Amino acid sequence: MTAIANPLKRKKAGASAVATMRPGWFVYASLAVFLIASVFPFYWSFLIASGDRYTINDPNMSWWPGGNFLANAATVIDNPAVNFWKALSNSIIVSTTMAVSTVVLSTLAGYAFAKLRFKGSNALLIGVVATMAVPVQLGVVPLYILMQKFGWTGSIGAVIIPGLVTAFGVFWMTQYISQSLPTELIEAARVDGCSMIRTFWHVGLPAARPAAAMLFLFTFVTSWNNFMWPYIVLDSTNPTLPVSLSILQANYFVDYSLVLAGVLLATVPLLLLFMFAGRQLVSGIMAGAVKG
Amino acid sequence: MTTTQPQTEAPTPPEPPRGRAPLTWRQRLGRWDVKLSPYLYISPFWIVFALVGLFPIVYTAVISFQDWDLVRNTGTFTGFDNFAFVLQDREFWLSLRNTFSIFLLSSVPQIIVATFIAAMLDKNIRAKTFWRMGVLLPYVVAPVAVALIFSNMFGDKYGLINSLLNDIGIDSIRWHVDVIPSHVAIATMVNFRWTGYNALILLAAMQAIPRDLYEAAAIDGAGTMRRFFSVTLPQIRPTMIFVIITSTIGGLQIFDEPRMYDTNGRGGSNHQWETITLYLYNMGWGEFNFGRAAAVAWILFLIIVAFGLLNFAITRRFIAGETAAQPKKPKQVTK
Repeated sequence: MTAIANPLKRKKAGASAVATMRPGWFVYASLAVFLIASVFPFYWSFLIASGDRYTINDPNMSWWPGGNFLANAATVIDNPAVNFWKALSNSIIVSTTMAVSTVVLSTLAGYAFAKLRFKGSNALLIGVVATMAVPVQLGVVPLYILMQKFGWTGSIGAVIIPGLVTAFGVFWMTQYISQSLPTELIEAARVDGCSMIRTFWHVGLPAARPAAAMLFLFTFVTSWNNFMWPYIVLDSTNPTLPVSLSILQANYFVDYSLVLAGVLLATVPLLLLFMFAGRQLVSGIMAGAVKG
Repeated sequence: MTTTQPQTEAPTPPEPPRGRAPLTWRQRLGRWDVKLSPYLYISPFWIVFALVGLFPIVYTAVISFQDWDLVRNTGTFTGFDNFAFVLQDREFWLSLRNTFSIFLLSSVPQIIVATFIAAMLDKNIRAKTFWRMGVLLPYVVAPVAVALIFSNMFGDKYGLINSLLNDIGIDSIRWHVDVIPSHVAIATMVNFRWTGYNALILLAAMQAIPRDLYEAAAIDGAGTMRRFFSVTLPQIRPTMIFVIITSTIGGLQIFDEPRMYDTNGRGGSNHQWETITLYLYNMGWGEFNFGRAAAVAWILFLIIVAFGLLNFAITRRFIAGETAAQPKKPKQVTK
């Protein structure tokens, strides 16, 4: 009977009683449990971070935050070993540069693979896909030796350069552009006398914008959280945020209120990003994103 | 494609018609523009790859056969000594065991829960965007931060988990001493960060399932559970395999979480939670033996390749002859 009552409620053709039924409490309860489990660790960190060094040992610890968070945060920020401002600005520079460069270079290459004819394009594209399977760890030793030879160890350039463009980015943009940009548009621009690069700039780039925005977000998040290579190649005087968190942990083993205050401080920028762009991240993943 | 109709291509150049002037400089420039631009556009990727991908792979192989001198930055050839050392090192086998154990503890529950959450999100719920975003929240937090939070919650003496266990009358578990508990704690960090992400990928696959399949199943008398197992699961299998493959590749390389699990970062006093990548790091930057570290890198690479091929074989067996939902990575279509 619902099938007769409801057909206007859903736009999709073939909508049915099964599809339009509002789910029961079990569905919401399961989702709520999962959501609480996702948020609770942050709340727990805040509880500890807003107390003092004894809070963690207190068997009657309150479930309500204390009032020391700002003081703890200030202690962390003022600690010269942690180098908080340096780490924050480094993280911003590294992630922004890598995201912008990955988007531009991947779009350029993806456009060429998707829409331009050239000898060996198929083989080269297969080459790109094959390089996605190569693990980062495979190259760290020689990469480190290389950076040492160039004298770049300790500088954020050594972190940025390996991430200027990724195989995943090229593959992602190739997929998107080949599906979304009509070849006729390119031909029209060429007939009108545009050079190749102008055609790319005025036709290719605007068409690729939605996918480029998602690639930007994913690259930004990935490079912001990247730990192993920066940890190897940078030192404590010039860290990124994850590296400075590892220094913080080594410094304040006994005082978890400070460690977790630092963790929350380092997490805030990404939570802000998530508030503004979380919706895009969701649709990016659902559009077929793979782990970057 | 083009080879099937060569006759249509005939009129274009090789020799310009008599009487017409040779190409002007501008025309020639335009031609080079067409010919060279594609290579120019893809060259940044290949240059970066050559520098940070290809060169290191080849050079890792070279170094792995050498006793590397860090001061002079050169090595002396020692044949398979490094490989022999690594393969006879008890620590290597322990870290291999730990890597697989942590990988299994993280991927199996993760995929089951992710599928369940995806099925819940696939229902016609209210506030879809809210739930989807909420599920993804842990993904944006750095693994290092997650590791610090969870290693606190799994503290041996005052950790939250142990106090909760004590409250219900269970003895404290030595999360940072015993092998399996430490693996459970580290796997929990991985699961925390990736379950929601994978749930969204699976959700996308579920939404691609034609709704009339459910309708037909319902008419045939299938209940909710039956519809899930007989319609949803078979339909999302390609995506499921994709998720399994990516989590395998990621899981075998796990580093951040075990490194941050305690302050020493060496994988525990008895290597309880040392993983292969951590072993590689300790070899390279703890003992500064780059030759052996390079050998470890190659062994890890071969393991990953072996797993990749295994996955590929399994994938082909599962997908062969099926007309199920589209896989997430459609094959590239070139004209």
